[in-house]
Order: sequence, then C-alpha cells, then structure tokens
Amino acid sequence: MDTIDYYQIMSIGVYGSAIGLILIGLYAVLMKKHLTKIVIGLSIIDAGINLLFIAIGYISNGTAPIYSSQGIDLVKTGTPMVDPVPQALVLTAIVIGFGVTAVALSLVIRLYRHHNTARIDQIKSLKW
Amino acid sequence: MKKLLIILLLAVVGYFLTVSMSNIKFGANRMGDLSQPKTVGAFYLSKTPGELSVANVITAIVVNYRGFDTLGEVSVLFLAATGLGSILYKKKKKGEHIPTVNKPSSALLQAGSKLIFPAILVLGAYVFIHGHLTPGGGFQGGAIIATGFLLMMMSYKDFTMNHSVITWVESLAGITFASIGLIGLIVDHSFLENFLPIGYINDLISGGIIPLIYVAVGFKVAAELSGVLDTLLSIKEK
Repeated sequence: MDTIDYYQIMSIGVYGSAIGLILIGLYAVLMKKHLTKIVIGLSIIDAGINLLFIAIGYISNGTAPIYSSQGIDLVKTGTPMVDPVPQALVLTAIVIGFGVTAVALSLVIRLYRHHNTARIDQIKSLKW
Repeated sequence: MKKLLIILLLAVVGYFLTVSMSNIKFGANRMGDLSQPKTVGAFYLSKTPGELSVANVITAIVVNYRGFDTLGEVSVLFLAATGLGSILYKKKKKGEHIPTVNKPSSALLQAGSKLIFPAILVLGAYVFIHGHLTPGGGFQGGAIIATGFLLMMMSYKDFTMNHSVITWVESLAGITFASIGLIGLIVDHSFLENFLPIGYINDLISGGIIPLIYVAVGFKVAAELSGVLDTLLSIKEK
C-alpha cells in the first residue's frame, strides 16, 4: 500500500454514484404516492443508467473521440481515445428519455384533470 | 412492512449491480490496438478518418454507421410530440389565446431575454452546423434553440408560436432526412449511403451527407421541442 490506487477510488466513486442514482430512482418509483414524483424517479433512473454507460466506456487517460489535425497522427502512435459506442448509445437514450418523460407528464396532467388529484392512493375508481 | 420489502428489493438490486460492475475494471483499455481493431469501438475509431473524414467519431456513428437508427430515433421524438398534443388536446375557441405565464414578468427580464434570444438561436445553429467537427450535433443544437423559445415564452405573456410554421419546418426536415437516404439507395444501392465526396478532415464541408443530415435533424428537434414546450405551457385550466 505504498501508493493510493487512483482508479480504484474513481471506480468506487463513479460506479457507486451511478448505481446510487438507479436505486434512488427505483425507490421514488416504488414508494412515492404522487405521480409527478414517480415521473421524476423515472428520469433519475435514466440519468443513472446513462452515467453507468459512459463510465463503462471510459479508458484511463483517454481523450474524447474527436480527431484534431494533430490527433490523427497521435492515434497511430497509440494515444487512447475513449470508446465511442456507449456515448452514441447514450445520445440516443437521452432523446428517448425525453420522449418518455414528456408523454408520462401529459398522462399525469390528464389524470389530474379527471380526478382532481395526482396522488395514486386517492384515485379510487378505476373507471376513466 | 411495505417499506421493509422495498428496501430489501433495493438492497438485492444494488448488490447484484455492484457484483456485476466489480468485474469491469474502471478505465481499463478494452479497445486494444487501433491498427488491428477487434472491438466495435476500435473499428469505428480507426475507420472514421479514412472512410468518412469526419472529426467527431460519435457523429459518424450516429449519423452514418447507425443512420437508420437515428431515423427511428427522430420518429420516436416525433411520435412523443404528437402523442403529447393528442393527449392534452382541448378545443380552443376561435381566436382564443391562452397565456403561457400567469403574471407578466418584469421589464428587466423582458428586455434581457429579447437581447439574449438571437444569441441563443445563433449558438444552437452553430452547434448543429459544426456537429461533425466539435462536440455537439443536431439533437444538442435543437435543444439549445428550444431553450431560447422557452425563455421567450416564460418572459412574454403574449408570445405565440405559429403551429403551422412548426409543422412545416418539422415535416420538411423529416422529408429531407428520408430523401437523402433514398438518394443513397438509388445512387449506391444502400439506404443512407454516403454518396457525396467526403472532402478533407476538419473542413466545414466534409463528411459527405453527414452535415446535411445533422442540419435537418437540428431543425426537426428544435421544432419538436419548441412545440412540446408550447403545448405544455399553454395548458388550459378548466
């Protein structure tokens, strides 16, 4: 234990916060009674999964996968770039997450208009 | 009791996530040698400058290698915007205008947002025009433009978006994307094939069809997000 392993600490921090976000979102979805809070929980799960993806694609000392005019020569000598595939997937996932949140919120608004409450324990009748 | 069960469930989920992630070392180089690519990421990284001469590898993946995926993604966004409109639809009286904010905002905010609004639009356009050279792209630039419209809607009570203009911009951008793909199908026998000359890397006009598609995506996303914000903000109270 002469040197502190920097990447060990980083991995605990990054993976830990991503998993923590997923668990917090799951808790909000399962425990909260207010529908808006449930939708917020869904978007927190989204954020956690995106962070986990980006963390898996990271390479130590890697740069962003964007070539500059010097960068093309650098790649031939072996300077690492981070994995571009998770980043492209996360770009897609963010957009889809936006669509999911927007449609879920509009359904919440419709429920509120109909029942005058957005708490699921106060919505008794299943009739629309 | 219920709370206990849920905490137990969360503990199980957290335990298995942690166990599976502990096998993946953070920051380990899983890409291997770029001259003999073995993983998909290394393949994209090594092929992009030669095949497409696009500086931003993520743009190359999103628009060219997985361009069909992006067409589907854009249609999901369109579906979300349309679904929002149809779920929240309420008939308006003719000429009725629903204010987006209840109270008029202060003169300082109004003057400031009028000043900053063109700058936001220019920044958004910059981000999606340079999507193949710098970080950013059509989705990001479109989101920036939508924030500009959100600022105007929040600070001006009477700011209205012309919905027919939004629909036209959205449809034209979508048609442009699809027809560029179809031209590729006709010219090079493959949908979304890059049929234009690729030019030199780091030039503004490089990468063939990639900048054209990203500009179309930028317009489409900007129109859709502004439409969604306008729909959500002008909800009629009953």
